[in-house]
Amino acid sequence: MTATSNKRWLLPDGVQETLPPDAAAVEALRYEILQLFHRWGYELVMPAMIEYMDSLLTGTAHSLDTRTFALVDQLSGKQMGVRSDMTPQVARIDAHLLADSARQHRVARLCYCGHLLHAIGDGITSSRTPLQIGAEIFGSDAISADVEVVSLMVSTLHAVGLSQASIDVGHVGIFRNLVKNTGLDKDQESRLFDMLQRKSIPDLQQYLQTLALDDEMREHICHLALLNGDVSIIDEARERYRNVGAELMASLDYMHSVVQTLQSKYPGTLVNCDLAELRGYSYHTGLVFAAFLPGQGREIARGGRYNDVGEVFGNARPATGFSADLLNLYQLCGAGEQAQKGILAPDRDDEALGLLIEQLRADGERVVVDLTDMKLAAVDQHCDRQILQVDGAWMVTEV
Amino acid sequence: MSDPLTIALAKGRILDETLPLLARAGIEPVDDLSKSRKLVFATNHPGINLVLIRSADVPTYVQYGAADLGIAGKDVLAEHGGEGLYERVDLKIATCKMMTAGFPDRPLPRTRLKVATKYPEITRRFFLERGRQVELIKLYGSMELAPVVGLADIIVDLVDSGNTLRANGLTPLETIMDISSRLIVNRAALKMKNEAAKALVEKIEKAVE
Repeated sequence: MTATSNKRWLLPDGVQETLPPDAAAVEALRYEILQLFHRWGYELVMPAMIEYMDSLLTGTAHSLDTRTFALVDQLSGKQMGVRSDMTPQVARIDAHLLADSARQHRVARLCYCGHLLHAIGDGITSSRTPLQIGAEIFGSDAISADVEVVSLMVSTLHAVGLSQASIDVGHVGIFRNLVKNTGLDKDQESRLFDMLQRKSIPDLQQYLQTLALDDEMREHICHLALLNGDVSIIDEARERYRNVGAELMASLDYMHSVVQTLQSKYPGTLVNCDLAELRGYSYHTGLVFAAFLPGQGREIARGGRYNDVGEVFGNARPATGFSADLLNLYQLCGAGEQAQKGILAPDRDDEALGLLIEQLRADGERVVVDLTDMKLAAVDQHCDRQILQVDGAWMVTEV
Repeated sequence: MSDPLTIALAKGRILDETLPLLARAGIEPVDDLSKSRKLVFATNHPGINLVLIRSADVPTYVQYGAADLGIAGKDVLAEHGGEGLYERVDLKIATCKMMTAGFPDRPLPRTRLKVATKYPEITRRFFLERGRQVELIKLYGSMELAPVVGLADIIVDLVDSGNTLRANGLTPLETIMDISSRLIVNRAALKMKNEAAKALVEKIEKAVE
């Protein structure tokens, strides 16, 4: 078989591996971020890689069903799925496993990091095996909880050197309350939602003409796509939608207050408001937010509030959180290639040498035994020093 | 303007109608686009550059942020899917229709309709919504030939005057969508360069009216 006809090395489309030296750097980044979460009081959970489809695709996660790899459990005959998002899993853990009737007011801060598997890649990044890292707060409906998770996202990005990221804030309550009393059905609502996402004024105008709405409401919905920019657009929205209802106003006030807090907390970070940014609209219930980088067509981290997520597990709880793809963050922060440090030791059966190697390793040094019989230089084995015998004694010398 | 913006333009037919529109918005390339073999052009605005690419590539450039804005036909956008793009303004240029076309006097088979097209996604979606299973034949050009030689029963293509169809004995059957060129914007560009990008979009929007 020739080298070209043998394709056994080939990985499936969109499936990635991480090699040295990147793998060690990704691991260091993972540890750094999880330590940051730990310092903010978040406890690490490690959900199962695979579970029953029923629990994976509950209420909040309908949009995930086409993205989840399914297989049949040979033991029970039930359908299982490989996780395509860890958020519903963490919600299940909070609602069921950590449930404690004695502590009604329990607030759980949970964080996680693990590989996902997507049956189909999403448009821009073709990767089907992202490494998701994220943090969630369960049990608090306070605005402080939302502010905390956004702040944690900003701190995470700062910690990995992505301080130029901007923050985008929206609120699904605005669109939801706007269309609530219009009598639109689910299908019409989701088509409008899709057009708003694309900020497609031409499509919106055309489609709105076909719906039984008055002109003012058409204008209101269409204008949502234009309401993006700095905090002043919230005032613009208050003025425009003042007659729509108190709930919509409350959503605007909520958003305004979050944006103001973030601006005073992070004066160097650009905070944008976008009233038509509704990613995850189907399961989010309040504030939504995302982080963007210049030149990146999509968000690098995102999150939002998704209350009542644990309901199907018998415990409806308010929840808010964010997540990001760690492999994507690693590529963006471009951790520079560091010269490898280490000591090359000869492969000899010598007690003194053995003791020296043991001592060096105990001191935290990286000691590599030369299995090439000195055919490869120390630098080619990623070492900057080597052990040599000088006058009968073993010494560490610079290369 | 502090943030530089790049606009991706499609080569060919759309370009002839795009340049006068941009000129009305006060944006003119420094060089003559038709005489140069360059792909990147400076304009009379120091903060605005133009890149010249194939029309089907415009959404991809803007989606990945290689260009901040772009001008592309609705046909190309609908085929691409538009993920990660804002489709802000209908430029009302390069207008035509996406249609099905076939022989006027030949009844269509009840099952396994064979459709030749350059736009497999749009075609699939159109027939899916009507609950009709079709066999798609992807072609890159001279669509009108397919029914004539028996390769397909009908075609899905852009129809402007309909002259090419008629010359081959075909007739337009159903309109799938109206096509015109759209101004598209990269998501991150609108967020990170909000003021500059918004101002430019509004300028072009005014030039349309």
